[in-house]
Amino acid sequence: MQAKTLYEKLFESHIVREEDGTYLIYIDRHLVHEVTSPQAFEGLRINHRSVWRSKSILAVPDHNVPTTDRSLGISDPISKIQVETLDENCKHFGLTQFPMNDSRQGIVHVIGPEQGSTLPGMTIVCGDSHTSTHGAFGALAMGIGTSEVEHVLATQCLILKKFKTMEVRVEGKLNKGITAKDIALALIGKIGTAGGTGYAIEFTGECIRSLSMEGRMTLCNMAIEAGARAGMVAVDDVTISYVENRPFSPKGEALEKAKAYWKTLHSDKDAKFDKVVMLNGSEILPQVTWGTSPEMVVSIEGMTPDPKNENDPSKRKSIEDALTYMGLEPNLPINQIKIDKIFIGSCTNSRIEDLREAANVIKGKKIAQNIKLALAVPGSGLVKLQAEKEGLDQIFIAAGFEWREPGCSMCLAMNADRLNPGERCASTSNRNFEGRQGQGGRTHLVSPSMAAAAGIYGHFVDIRSLS
Amino acid sequence: MNPFITHTGIVAPLDRANVDTDAIIPKQFLKSIKKTGFGPHLFDEWRYLDHGEPGMDLTQRKKNPEFVLNQTPYEKASILIARENFGCGSSREHAPWAIEDYGFRAILAPSFADIFFSNCFKNGLLPIVLSNETIDLLFKSIYANKGYTVTIDLENQFIVLPSNEKISFQVDAFRKHCLMHGLDDIGLTMQHSESIKAFEQDYYQKNSWLL
Repeated sequence: MQAKTLYEKLFESHIVREEDGTYLIYIDRHLVHEVTSPQAFEGLRINHRSVWRSKSILAVPDHNVPTTDRSLGISDPISKIQVETLDENCKHFGLTQFPMNDSRQGIVHVIGPEQGSTLPGMTIVCGDSHTSTHGAFGALAMGIGTSEVEHVLATQCLILKKFKTMEVRVEGKLNKGITAKDIALALIGKIGTAGGTGYAIEFTGECIRSLSMEGRMTLCNMAIEAGARAGMVAVDDVTISYVENRPFSPKGEALEKAKAYWKTLHSDKDAKFDKVVMLNGSEILPQVTWGTSPEMVVSIEGMTPDPKNENDPSKRKSIEDALTYMGLEPNLPINQIKIDKIFIGSCTNSRIEDLREAANVIKGKKIAQNIKLALAVPGSGLVKLQAEKEGLDQIFIAAGFEWREPGCSMCLAMNADRLNPGERCASTSNRNFEGRQGQGGRTHLVSPSMAAAAGIYGHFVDIRSLS
Repeated sequence: MNPFITHTGIVAPLDRANVDTDAIIPKQFLKSIKKTGFGPHLFDEWRYLDHGEPGMDLTQRKKNPEFVLNQTPYEKASILIARENFGCGSSREHAPWAIEDYGFRAILAPSFADIFFSNCFKNGLLPIVLSNETIDLLFKSIYANKGYTVTIDLENQFIVLPSNEKISFQVDAFRKHCLMHGLDDIGLTMQHSESIKAFEQDYYQKNSWLL
């Protein structure tokens, strides 16, 4: 038999039909949130169509929800309508939803895995680009547009072309303080934000195997920032022990049967990828973005670039524009950049391990005087509960952080959590685009421990230099 | 969906790489539960000097005179040209909705982000990939000739320049067919519902833990 990549195994096991290289692919899990679904449900109603397999759907409001006192409801009337529209649609079509006040509510990409709704071998879609997160489980997971959300609701299928395959092999051991976030940013720095366009990425190598599921989710989450619609990691014991005993995961005999299949979900030894990118984990330093695209990234030992050194006029202009927007001079050492706000959260870095890492840095310390606001926003109600059980909330609060309710929050500032014009943020989120965290806001993407350390010192510091 | 057969229009030069969907339509406008009405807020943060919120009186807003779509004759443009990786970032289909609602029918760039590219075709919008050199030449021609107008012929897959020179482009046959006929692909897939049911029967027998 021909050796296959993990992507090929996942893709081929879901082909309903094929015509001239256009495939109809069956979808196992459809995650739904309030922002990208209303028009899809409206489309179903207008055309008198029903939901093909309501059991495949898990819905949750996350983008618009307030992270402050939920008993007060949503003050923004337009956000409120959007969340209520999701409630109504789920009721009307008979879908499982964790509404805003459910203890299991959270960011869709945190709760899917947490509930065992995300399983190895599945095809998983959501009207959200960070759906790539779920590929960490040896699943084919990708973000889709609202027309495709409607298509999957109505037919349980997605029309797809085959992606090319890219192996990102990370060997070596990470140094102390270096996380999956640093691997993701280092990769994007190397291949660029369009480096993975048209590809499905599989992360392989010793370094990836040693990551926890949380770390693997962070890495696959950022695959889209490298341009790849899907990122994935092969199934191993770490995957299986995470998946077991979750509310929606199979139990007993069904679990044993599933496990036997899940263990086949890896690329065969002689499988060929269209492209291979190598990284050495032991050489990765703490990463900090300086510009307005995730590829504008350097290590904490670096400095902002000098446009004078760039010969390509289009690239030179991009650097000049980014430095102007970010309010930074060329050749400025990264560790001299002062910060106004700290955001620890988002589908990239709001899981329990992320909160533990950050808490570990700030324990017994206080945020610097120049920090106007430091937010810790757990990824789900259950992550929040777990953190509180471990006393992490008290560590954050004692250090001067605000301990909030779960949601997307200041990653994209659709709710009230945002940067004001000119404010600079050390953020554990995934996008540093202009205006992403609030119009005129300036975002630097970092790992949770680097964000926490920037909070304590008021500027970026090398996490490795802290004891 | 509006069928796309041929289209003639002014080309507006947006001389930027990595134009992300947050820039195309900022997050505060995603709260709408409708598909229409996003055009006035296309590129909101670049187009206006004040901060935009849904429901604002647009006549009271101050436009940024330096932004290309606020300059004559580009406010009437219906084709957009930009640099690499257009439409990167969020999967929001509000981005192509806003571009289409503004009045654009096609976008020319050396590369597009995958999700955005696919979203365009669902909304009667044609994204055309051209080589870096061709895009560069087009930018130069546009800067040298204000109101530079081209005709896009989807059926024959070429762009006719004012000089009558033709530039050919590639487009996937299935997407071309749907775009030219304004087809709803859900209807097309529904024609295969028996195949989907047959797949399910076999699939759930093999993967019974998913039931």
